[in-house]
Amino acid sequence: MTFLWAFVIGGAMCVAAQCLLDWTNLTPAHVLVVFVVAGAIAGGTPWYHALVQWAGAGATVPLPGFGYTLVKGIGKAVAQEGVWGLFTGGLSAAAGGIKAAVLFGLAAALVFRPKA
Amino acid sequence: MSQSAQARYQYWVKTMRPKKPVAMNLVAAFLVGGAISEVGQIIQWVFLRQGLSPEKASTPTAIVLIGLSALFTGLGWYDRLTKLGGMGASLPITGFANAMVAPAMEFRAEGLVLGVGARLFTVAGPVLAWGMAAAFVVGLVRLVFGVAI
Amino acid sequence: MTRRVAAIGEGSYAVEGVYILASGTVVGDKEAQGPLGHYFDVTWSPSGSSRSFEREERELLQRSQEIALAKARLDWPAVELVLGGDLLDQLVTTSFVGRAHGRPLLGMFAACATFTEALAVGSLLVAGGGPAVVLASAVSHHYAAERQFRYPVELGNQRYPTSSWTATAAGSSVLASAPGPIAVEAVTIGRVVDYGQKDPNDYGSAMAPAAVDTIHRHLRALGRTVEDYDAIFTGDLGEFGRRLALKLAQEELGEDWRARLDDCGRVLYDLQRQDVHNGASGAGCSAAVFGGYLSHQLTQGGWRRLLLAATGALLSPTTAQQGESIPSIAHAVSLRAERGGEAR
Repeated sequence: MTFLWAFVIGGAMCVAAQCLLDWTNLTPAHVLVVFVVAGAIAGGTPWYHALVQWAGAGATVPLPGFGYTLVKGIGKAVAQEGVWGLFTGGLSAAAGGIKAAVLFGLAAALVFRPKA
Repeated sequence: MSQSAQARYQYWVKTMRPKKPVAMNLVAAFLVGGAISEVGQIIQWVFLRQGLSPEKASTPTAIVLIGLSALFTGLGWYDRLTKLGGMGASLPITGFANAMVAPAMEFRAEGLVLGVGARLFTVAGPVLAWGMAAAFVVGLVRLVFGVAI
Repeated sequence: MTRRVAAIGEGSYAVEGVYILASGTVVGDKEAQGPLGHYFDVTWSPSGSSRSFEREERELLQRSQEIALAKARLDWPAVELVLGGDLLDQLVTTSFVGRAHGRPLLGMFAACATFTEALAVGSLLVAGGGPAVVLASAVSHHYAAERQFRYPVELGNQRYPTSSWTATAAGSSVLASAPGPIAVEAVTIGRVVDYGQKDPNDYGSAMAPAAVDTIHRHLRALGRTVEDYDAIFTGDLGEFGRRLALKLAQEELGEDWRARLDDCGRVLYDLQRQDVHNGASGAGCSAAVFGGYLSHQLTQGGWRRLLLAATGALLSPTTAQQGESIPSIAHAVSLRAERGGEAR
């Protein structure tokens, strides 16, 4: 069932973002920031965790999932290290994705040319 | 130019402007966004089958998705996917990767340091900055009010 | 030939003894596949892979200038002044090409109105007894403009129905006091008009009022109506901008321009088939459409008179981010076919 809900929830989040893009004057960059911030706020509640249990990648692959990952990481780090976890937790949890994007970005810049 | 002429003109612009194909955009966003999430779910399922815990499987899943996105961006396919799917392709983590890979490729001519290196974060930077800021505040609130994780 | 210039209205001048001897046009693949494709001199495809879009833009401009001179049977030393511009910061394309030809150069910027700005200023200088041969040109390159004004090429994003597609095109025309197939009759220098439009994805609505203002002033100064022309071409209003210009002419001036008014950006591409939404834009668009299609209509297509009024949106990415509205300008040039004049 997770496979079905992954599609539906992932798609639904993108529909919400598209609504924001088409019905307001926000640029795509603004919409993405809105959603990552919304994900961080929702990530602070138990509900987003429940959504992840239920919809799997549907809740973690779209950008709100990134905000959720940051908040979850902070929560974990704070539990282990106290206040300093506020500074280290978020990026530790998201490190894999960010580092992958940096490395693959550099690699692609060396290998490919923009072709349009 | 009188104030009323300007106001009248702005009214014409608003009423005559060609409409965005919103209904089609929404359907496309749902299908493309859903499909990318589904691919993520399948990759995660493979890692789960390898014996990783759901907690541990999310990082390698993200890395594989980002790798695929970088490849598609390099081949010049991802921008076409976004043209079709709009936010359906921009909102998933693959869109985030596209936003880092595309400027890095583009600014190769300006050199590896000030071109590729500096431009890597031009589009993704705001998301990282505000994501981190929001997560910090949420984490702080939870710490102060002692909300359980 | 007597050269003469006379002020006929605010910013409007009648000129005598100024001719367009020949024009050279170079366009990209997409432009060549459009409905006007066969009117252009050269279809240019990017060569080596190590080149930048900015270099490609320079090649486009240089080729168009060389073709224009070759068609006019002139060599570089005969050119007394080069006028023109492009869309890139600090006008690098025009200036860098100037390094190769080494002729006296005045760089100009009026965004997509650059070509008629160069034609207008060149005509005034020639008519006033200044240089006898002036080369006027403008160029734009889709991807060079895109990375400067919008997003990196491979970054995905959706386009809006009002977005225009910056043309990869260059056009150069030789203005001279020696008789040629097209005569310049009059010019009107535009003034900045801003009706408060702010959407950087919709230049057409920002520029339409400037186009109407300049065309109206030009016609009034000459004591003409739109019926005195075979066609009036604006530059880069696109489909939506043209509709707004027609509406403005109808409502504010009580004139019906439908039969005469068209737009360079609207005709360069097949709007449906080529997926360019509102049409073409870019400094090179009106330059190439004039040098290829419109000048052909004047020399061989039976048109007698053309009014070319290219429009420019004078914003920068910075002002757009700061939420400023988009000031616009249009410069107009009246052109007449010289029948019996030796087609060179």
